Amino acid sequence: MLGTYFTGALVISLLLLLNRKKNWNYILSVAFLILQCILTVYEFNHQGIQELKYFTADALAVILLVISCIISVPAFWHSYIYFSKGKWLPREQSIYFSALVILLTSLSGAYLSGHIAVTWIFVELTTFSASALVYHRRNLRTLEGTWKYLFVCTVSLTLVFIGILFLTMALQQVGLKNLSYSNLLANAPLLNTFWLKIAFLFIFTGYTCKAGLVPMYTADIDAKDKAPSPAGALFSSVLLNAGFLGIFRFYLILSHTGIFSWAGQILMISGFLSIFVASVYMYKVKNIKRMFAYSSMEHIGLIMLALACGPIGFYAAILHLVLHSFTKSSLFFQTGQVYRIYKSKSVYDTGDYFRYNLAGALVLLSGFFILSALPPSGMFISEFLILRSLFESNHYWILAVVLLLLTWIIWSMGKNIFKLLFIPAVEPQEMSMEKIPPWESLSQFILLALVVYLGLNPPFAFTELIHNAIKNLPG
Amino acid sequence: MTIILLIAFIISLIHLSVSKRLKTYVSVLAFQGILLFGAAFIELIRINLVNLLFILLETIVIKSIAIPYFLNYLIRRNKITRESEPYLPDFISLVIVTAIIFGSFLLSGTMYTSINRLFFMAAFSGLFTGLYFIISRKKIITHVMGFLVMENGVFALTLAAGAQMPMLVNAGILLDIFASVLLLGIFVNKIGGILKEQEAGQLRNLKD
Repeated sequence: MLGTYFTGALVISLLLLLNRKKNWNYILSVAFLILQCILTVYEFNHQGIQELKYFTADALAVILLVISCIISVPAFWHSYIYFSKGKWLPREQSIYFSALVILLTSLSGAYLSGHIAVTWIFVELTTFSASALVYHRRNLRTLEGTWKYLFVCTVSLTLVFIGILFLTMALQQVGLKNLSYSNLLANAPLLNTFWLKIAFLFIFTGYTCKAGLVPMYTADIDAKDKAPSPAGALFSSVLLNAGFLGIFRFYLILSHTGIFSWAGQILMISGFLSIFVASVYMYKVKNIKRMFAYSSMEHIGLIMLALACGPIGFYAAILHLVLHSFTKSSLFFQTGQVYRIYKSKSVYDTGDYFRYNLAGALVLLSGFFILSALPPSGMFISEFLILRSLFESNHYWILAVVLLLLTWIIWSMGKNIFKLLFIPAVEPQEMSMEKIPPWESLSQFILLALVVYLGLNPPFAFTELIHNAIKNLPG
Repeated sequence: MTIILLIAFIISLIHLSVSKRLKTYVSVLAFQGILLFGAAFIELIRINLVNLLFILLETIVIKSIAIPYFLNYLIRRNKITRESEPYLPDFISLVIVTAIIFGSFLLSGTMYTSINRLFFMAAFSGLFTGLYFIISRKKIITHVMGFLVMENGVFALTLAAGAQMPMLVNAGILLDIFASVLLLGIFVNKIGGILKEQEAGQLRNLKD
C-alpha cells in the first residue's frame, strides 16, 4: 500500500507540475486527497506491520497521519479559494500544488518510517517542498524568508545527521548495525551513554528547526508568516508534528537508558526557554500571523515540558499536540480571510472585524478562547494535565513562572485579537473590501468543534492510540 | 597516509581563516575535496565497488570540480567583489580558528573509541570553522561556503563512523549534493538577480 501511495503521490505531483489547466489541477488535487485518506484508513487498520523494509505504522504514526489527513482537506480547499481570488500565473499555481503534495507525502513518509535515517531523509524533503511554498509570492520578503528557512533548516538537519553518526558509533561498539527504532529500543541499555548524550544533543538541536523550539526557531517563524495562509496552517500543525516526532522517537529510546532524566532536563530547558521567548515576542508583535507562529512555539514548549515530567505528562503531551494542530490550523486558515479583507496582516490596519465578516470573527474569538485553554476547550484538559504533571514532579518554580508567562501570553494575544475584532480601524477602505461568504469559515468551525469534542469526550479508539504511543515510556 | 591527509585538511582551514579573496576560498574548497577523496579511498577500500565508486565520484566530481566551478561562475555572473569582507580582522580570525582546532583536539581526546581520533578532530574543526565562517562573514556567498566547509567536516565524520554502514554514507552524500544544489541553485537564480550587493545585511526585513 505504502509503495502505491508513494508512487501515486509522485506521479500526481509531477502531473501537477507539468499541467497548466486549472480544472485538471483541481482534479489531481482531489485524487491526491483520496489517496491520502485511503492510506490513513489502511494504516489505521494495519498497525504494527512492516512495509517496504523501513516503514511501520505504530500508534503515534497513525495519530499524526490522521491529523495530517484531516487538516489536508481544508488546506487544499483554502488553497483553491486562495487561487480563485488572486491573479496567479498557471505556472505559480502548478508549483504551489505540486509542492503541497510533496510536502504532505514526505510528512507521511516521516511519520511512518521505522528507521532513524529514513525519518531524517523525509524530514529533509519537507524542507525542500516547504521552501517552494514559502517562496510562492516571489517578492523580496518571501525570498528572504525562503533563504533563511532553507539555510537554517539545512544546517539544522546536518546536525541531525551528525547525531545519527554518533549513534552509529554507539551501536558499533556493541557490534550492532541496524538503525531501526525497534532495534535501538531493544538494545538501548547496552549502548554507551556518552555517545548517546552527544547524539541526543545534536538530534534534538536539529529537529528544533521543524518543531519551532529554541534554539533553531527563527526561520520557522518567518516561514509561517511568509507562506500563503493554507501552507502556514500546515507548517504550524503537521510540519511541527514531524519535528516533534523526530525528538520524541529518540527520547523514547533514551527512556531505556540511564540518561533519561538528563534528556528530560534538556527538553525542559528548551521548552521553558521557548515559552519565555514566545512571551517576549508576543508582547510586541503586531503581525497576526507571526503572533500565531509564536503561539505555536509556546505550545510546543509546553509539550516539551510535559514530556520531561513523567507519566501524566506523556499522555498530556500527545493530547496537546493533537488539539493544538487542529486549533492552530483553523486560526491560520482564518488569517487568510483577514488578509483578503484588509490587505494587511498588521493589527494597526485592521479592526472591527465583526462588522465585515461575522463568521470569521466568531472563528477568531472562539479560536482565541480555545487556544488560551478556557473550558470547554479540549486544550483546557491537556494543559491542566501538563501543569499537574509539573506539580507532581516537584517543579514548583518552573510551574509558577510558566503560569505567569502563560497569563502574560494570553494578555498579549488578547490585546491584538480584541483590537482586530472590536476596535474600528483608523481608515478602513470599506469600498474595496471583499465580502467573504460565511461558508468559507465552515472548516474552521469543524476543526475547533473537534478540539472541544476530543478534549471533553475522547473516543475510546483515540485514547487507546495515545496510550499505545506512550506505552514504551516508563511509568 | 590518512593522517597526513587529515592534517592537511586541518591546515587548509587555518589558511581559509586568513585568506581574503573569494577565489582562495573556492580553491581551498576544491583542495579539500581532493583530500577527502584520498581519505575516502584509503578508508573505504574494503566496501563494495559500486558504493566506493559512488563515494569517490562524489568527492572528486562534486566537491572538487562541480561546486568550485559553479561558485566561480556565480562570482563572475553576479559580479561579486573579490574580497570576503569579514566582520573581524584576520588576526582575530586566526586566533579563533586555532582555538577551534585546539578545542576539537581536546574534545576528541575525551572520546572513548577505537576509531582514529584524528578523524574526529578534523571533523569537529571543519564543522565549527564552517559555523564560524557563517557567523563572521558579510556576504551571502561566503555563508554558503561556510556551509560547504561544514559539509566537508561532516564527510570526514561519515568516513569515521560509516565505514561499516554504506547506507549511511550514501545518505550523507545525498544530503551533500541535495543541499549544495538547492542552496547554490537558489543563489544563482533568485538572490543574485534581485539583491544588488548580496550581503546578509540586506536580509533584515523580517523581524518583530
